[in-house]
Amino acid sequence: MQELLRRMLFLPPEATSVARSIDRLHFFVISVTFAGAFAVGAVAFAFLVRYRARGEDEATPEVIVPRRLEIGVGLGLLALFVFWWFIGFRQYVAIETAPPGSLEVYVTAKQWMWKFSRADGERSAGVLVVPKDKSIRLLLTSRDVVHSFFVPAFRIKQDALPGRYTSLWFKADRAGTYPVYCAEYCGVDHSRMWASVVVLDAPDYERYLAGQTPDRVTHAGAQPELANDGIVGAREVTNMVDEGRAAASRYGCFSCHTVDGQRHIGPTWQGLYASTVPLASGKTVVASEDYLTRSMMDPHDDVVAGYSPIMPTYQGALPQPDAAAIVEFIKSLRYDEASPPVPLPSVIAVAPVLPAVKGAPLNPNPLTPSNPSEGSQR
Amino acid sequence: MSASYLTVDRTVWSWINTRDHKRIGVMFFVLNGLALLLGGLFALAMRTELLTPRSLFMSSMTYNRLFTLHGVIMVWLFMIPSIPSAFGNFMLPLMIGARDVAFPRLNLASLYIYLVGAVVTIVGLVVGATDTGWTFYVPYSAKDATAVLPVLFGVFIIGWSTILTGLNFIVTVHKMRAKNLRWMQMPLFVWTIYGTSIIQVLATPVLAMTLLLLGVDHWFDWGIFDPMRGGDPVLYQHLFWFYSHPAVYIMILPAMGVISECVSTFSRKNSLSYEAIVWATVGIALVGFLSWGHHMFTAGISVFDAGAFGLMSMFVAIFSAIKVFTWTGTLYRGSISLKTPLLYVFAFLFLFVFGGMTGVAVATTSLDLHWQDTYFVVAHFHFIMVGGTLTAYLAAVHYWFPKVTGRMYPERLGLLSASGVFFGFLLTFVPQFLLGNLGMPRRYHNYPAAFQPLHVLSTAGAYVLGSALFLTLGYLLWSLRYGEVAGANPWRSACFEWRTTSPPPPHNFEGTPPFERGAYDYTREALERERARALESDAALAPEPEAGHV
Amino acid sequence: MSEGGTKLEAHFESMERQADAARFGMWVFLASEALLFGALFTLYACYREKWPHAFEVGVAKNDALLGTTNTLLLITSSFLVVLGIDRYRRGDALVAARLVASTAAIGLLFLLIKSHEYAMHFSEGIFPGGHGAYFADAPAGSAVFFTLYFTMTGLHAIHVTVGMGVLVYSAIQVRRRRMSLHGLEIAALYWHLVDCIWIFLWPLYYLARGS
Repeated sequence: MQELLRRMLFLPPEATSVARSIDRLHFFVISVTFAGAFAVGAVAFAFLVRYRARGEDEATPEVIVPRRLEIGVGLGLLALFVFWWFIGFRQYVAIETAPPGSLEVYVTAKQWMWKFSRADGERSAGVLVVPKDKSIRLLLTSRDVVHSFFVPAFRIKQDALPGRYTSLWFKADRAGTYPVYCAEYCGVDHSRMWASVVVLDAPDYERYLAGQTPDRVTHAGAQPELANDGIVGAREVTNMVDEGRAAASRYGCFSCHTVDGQRHIGPTWQGLYASTVPLASGKTVVASEDYLTRSMMDPHDDVVAGYSPIMPTYQGALPQPDAAAIVEFIKSLRYDEASPPVPLPSVIAVAPVLPAVKGAPLNPNPLTPSNPSEGSQR
Repeated sequence: MSASYLTVDRTVWSWINTRDHKRIGVMFFVLNGLALLLGGLFALAMRTELLTPRSLFMSSMTYNRLFTLHGVIMVWLFMIPSIPSAFGNFMLPLMIGARDVAFPRLNLASLYIYLVGAVVTIVGLVVGATDTGWTFYVPYSAKDATAVLPVLFGVFIIGWSTILTGLNFIVTVHKMRAKNLRWMQMPLFVWTIYGTSIIQVLATPVLAMTLLLLGVDHWFDWGIFDPMRGGDPVLYQHLFWFYSHPAVYIMILPAMGVISECVSTFSRKNSLSYEAIVWATVGIALVGFLSWGHHMFTAGISVFDAGAFGLMSMFVAIFSAIKVFTWTGTLYRGSISLKTPLLYVFAFLFLFVFGGMTGVAVATTSLDLHWQDTYFVVAHFHFIMVGGTLTAYLAAVHYWFPKVTGRMYPERLGLLSASGVFFGFLLTFVPQFLLGNLGMPRRYHNYPAAFQPLHVLSTAGAYVLGSALFLTLGYLLWSLRYGEVAGANPWRSACFEWRTTSPPPPHNFEGTPPFERGAYDYTREALERERARALESDAALAPEPEAGHV
Repeated sequence: MSEGGTKLEAHFESMERQADAARFGMWVFLASEALLFGALFTLYACYREKWPHAFEVGVAKNDALLGTTNTLLLITSSFLVVLGIDRYRRGDALVAARLVASTAAIGLLFLLIKSHEYAMHFSEGIFPGGHGAYFADAPAGSAVFFTLYFTMTGLHAIHVTVGMGVLVYSAIQVRRRRMSLHGLEIAALYWHLVDCIWIFLWPLYYLARGS
């Protein structure tokens, strides 16, 4: 039944269990819609036939509906609508809350392409390769205007905003290639800002991790629609944690923050991620990705208890990919990691590099973008 | 025969400098009609382009400009002012027994402000090649190289025209009603215009401010929504939808008023549950202000916000549902004659239920994650805007054509073109629902080849719809000159605007407006009283038949 | 009664109704104006929530003494225009005209102080849009604070200017007994709105420095 309705309504095959539950609600709502519209149409038509005018200037009786009936009908409908709202909102909450232990992928949107970088170092543009039956959490941001990440087969969509992270998760249970569209209008090539999510079975995924490129991935990258910038499907493997460490050193983070648990000018990064941080204001906050990014961009809100608000803002100075990499680096310094991927002592050795000495200028002023071409766009 | 508002002074200057709400209404109607024609032609061009998955005869850049033109013109130049400024202006004072609106000079000023705004907008759109879409989302619209500024400015100007018209109507309803007309006796169309005016007065300034901020950003680079300077683009969306969601009710409420009038007149029945309709109208106007966030479920708002806005949207839906039931119920035990306006009412009932219920569907948070920004949403709001408002607008055009012009339109052609509009509409927009399900995002010039068959169907429907509308335009122009003379009340309606001659005299009523009989009173007693009074006044006039005639 | 210059228009039944309609129309217009500023107050609230530190620093940067002086000026002016209406009701057109004119004069004083404040900001390198030297070391979000500050006080200043024009015109007409009482009342209503908005701007931009 569900399959028949899905085909009748031209919905793409569901690739996640979330999609199937959304579709069930969809079919319920649409069936009631059809029934309602046809019922109203049929009743109106029946009245038209039954009560058609039989002469000029006919008098008609004054029909008055009891107030109780009016209120009853209104409340009955309201109950139905609120019931839908209840189911829909529960699903929405589930969709917005990623299960713990998800594989995290940073998605950067720009006019007009999607770039994916994963904590384990995998990077690609236009094609995101993920394993089947594993929760994937996407952290989206944009480098220019608002975009929207839309995968019809998963029934999910999330806007990617400049200067902010939004998130989204899915767990595909069918191997396959699923198109991704940009759903928020973003300029001339909005209608070509496409990508693919390739979901691989465990054995294929193993081979992929080992460096082979399964046919499905090659094929997804070779779709004519996607050959937009010639780089689609290009795959770079770098270690995001390493990159984060390099960026942190480049931007002078280590002059104030340590990674071995020692207190310095700023709080240490060791064990910071996901810990509960006491703030100067007396409140506490959980150090999520969002908190960490916010602290780089606006250090003076949510100052950690016992530290002075002296950190400069990196708003406009720290490009989004670098910020993401630094967050990823901080995350790698969790206590609960069985084997920390970063050998701590060696990091300390490269630590205090002053920004003024390095070639990349630290630019704490948010008003003069470090990239001159961006400044001249206006 | 005394002079009507049309014949009292035939010079061009007397039109340009008129204070008569009826003439201002007619001029609004002509300007709105031109906007509809223009917006419709752009829609046809877009649908033609979408026949193929790749460029057929225009580039993506041109296509993006076209949908911006279509959206801006249809929303601000046609939909929002159409029924209130044209028919509201003409009918509102007639329906409450006033000689004019409260501020006739201000009324004329809103017409010229609208005209200036419309010209600035269209010139800005065409010459400046604006391609932001009618929503002007930042940061795209702030960074965009095309001329967004004149368009923002034009829409800003039109906004003030809307505010002044709304203000005028609110004061008119409060202060200009005939002495013997109480609030709960006013025709339902007046109530809906009143509700719309409240929204216009309270929501439009927020849009004006938002557009002003965007304009200043363009002009002086102030970047109030620029994330690089600490601004938040999502706040822009909040402010924009705080206006633009209630704007949907600006467009649909007067349409609902037209439906109430037509249903009652053509079934010769009291409007079922008059009070329920009134309170539903007020409810929509107020609760409509609290549901804007359902346009932003995927924009990165908090889960709590999404839940709250989702719930509020369900409340708004109830009010519309109550209205649908009362319209259908009004037909019960009536004396129904199927004229063109009533056929449009039937089309409206079906399409509006469908459009409204799909609205509930897209306001259901989890479902919206799939549908947001796809053709499903496009189809949904066209069911409301075209299936609802345009259908009601066409009903109003036919219903009041004899009142405004004094002539009848050809009934058979009317019924034919109404059927064309209905089926053309279904063929255009039902495939768009399915395209949305498939995952076709809106504002797409290129699309995957698999979507093509549905697009072809939709384009075919658009041509049917377009032809029916052109047929309507043709016979209405023809009837202006050659139509049968209508007489004061060709529909034998009880509603107040029909209790004067057609077309009405310059000051609307000769003497005190006769409001003893209710606007929806078709009972035997009412008809008999009416007949008795007619005989009496004939008898009174008999000694000097020329009295009161000029 | 000084119903002077206003004639009963053809579409009204009586002069009272016409006056009533005009007053009511002004109230509706003021509601609309309130929402115009409402959009900006909303932005203020949202951005203050986002950048509390920058807003506190920004408010401290404004001269509370000048701001408070301006508040007192506007309240005084509103009081004067009310006195003017009272005088006009009693038929004393000359004093009424002087009171209304002095209201406008206080408006001018307000604008002078306001522009002095702007000049101070400019000399410190504070310009709208986050332009200027000040923002190099200012906390993040300062750009938004000052853009809002200039937008809101600037828009308010435009309203003050329009209000002054209306008052000067009213003073002249009152002097000639050509203005109806309700006409003067409507002009005063507009001025009260201008006053009211400032009473909200004052704490937000001069007093709320945080702890």
